Amino acid sequence: MGDGSHLGKVRGLGSSGHGSQHWLQQRLTALGNILLVGFLFVSLIRLPLGDHAAVLRWASNPMVALALILMVVSVFWHLRLGLTVLIEDYVHGPIRLLALVLLNFYAIGGAAYGIFTIARIALAPVVAGPGGM
Amino acid sequence: MAGNEPNTRPRAPHLQVYKWGPAMAVSILHRASGDGLAIVGACLFLWWLGAIAAGPDAYAAFVACIWHDPSPEISLFHQITNILGKVVLIGLTWAFFQHLFSGLRHLVLDTGAGYELKTNKLWSTVVIAAGVFATAATWLYIMAGAL
Repeated sequence: MGDGSHLGKVRGLGSSGHGSQHWLQQRLTALGNILLVGFLFVSLIRLPLGDHAAVLRWASNPMVALALILMVVSVFWHLRLGLTVLIEDYVHGPIRLLALVLLNFYAIGGAAYGIFTIARIALAPVVAGPGGM
Repeated sequence: MAGNEPNTRPRAPHLQVYKWGPAMAVSILHRASGDGLAIVGACLFLWWLGAIAAGPDAYAAFVACIWHDPSPEISLFHQITNILGKVVLIGLTWAFFQHLFSGLRHLVLDTGAGYELKTNKLWSTVVIAAGVFATAATWLYIMAGAL
């Protein structure tokens, strides 16, 4: 071909070499999500969600904060992969690039906000209380 | 239907031609529930985290918006968002279970198992039923605790 068509441009170049990466990352983050979102689900069921002090105490526990940060990474990575495929399937033309850029802003920005907020909760100075450091 | 005309190459029939089956339903539900979790679920989670970090007043405002406003005179806005919040939370619970069970099915399918027509149909049906059942069980548990 060689006439500038999509097929012509890629013919003879072989595979890009990372075709299985998206697939594998989706499965690995799925396994992470089973554990970590499962943990969040059980926590949400058991927590007195109307009680801010109780929720804060739970979220500022170092192990819980660590699990929540790992969950944010796993979930936002997974949702970025999933929504990428959604956009590739349904959005066509020049808007596709815009949609993919916005998705990346959302995935990276959302994850950064989540991680920062969890760190803020976990590292907040203890206001008052007996036996505080 | 296409395919009867002479000299035409075979064409994939469009969606309407197929008779809906559980495998098709579970496939599109996986995408729909995943998108719901990715957009609505993730945003609601970040909003909740932000409210926890912002302090007791902000957290109370968050709860008053999406769950229950304890003030004696509830604004029309909160009357609407209190109902909407519960609808969204029940929807997210269903989306979570649907996507979880359907995802587990995909992990099994990845090993090459479960593609026989009867097996595939059976487990597709089980996934849809389990998603609805687990959602109902969760909310019955929550409501039983609230009463």
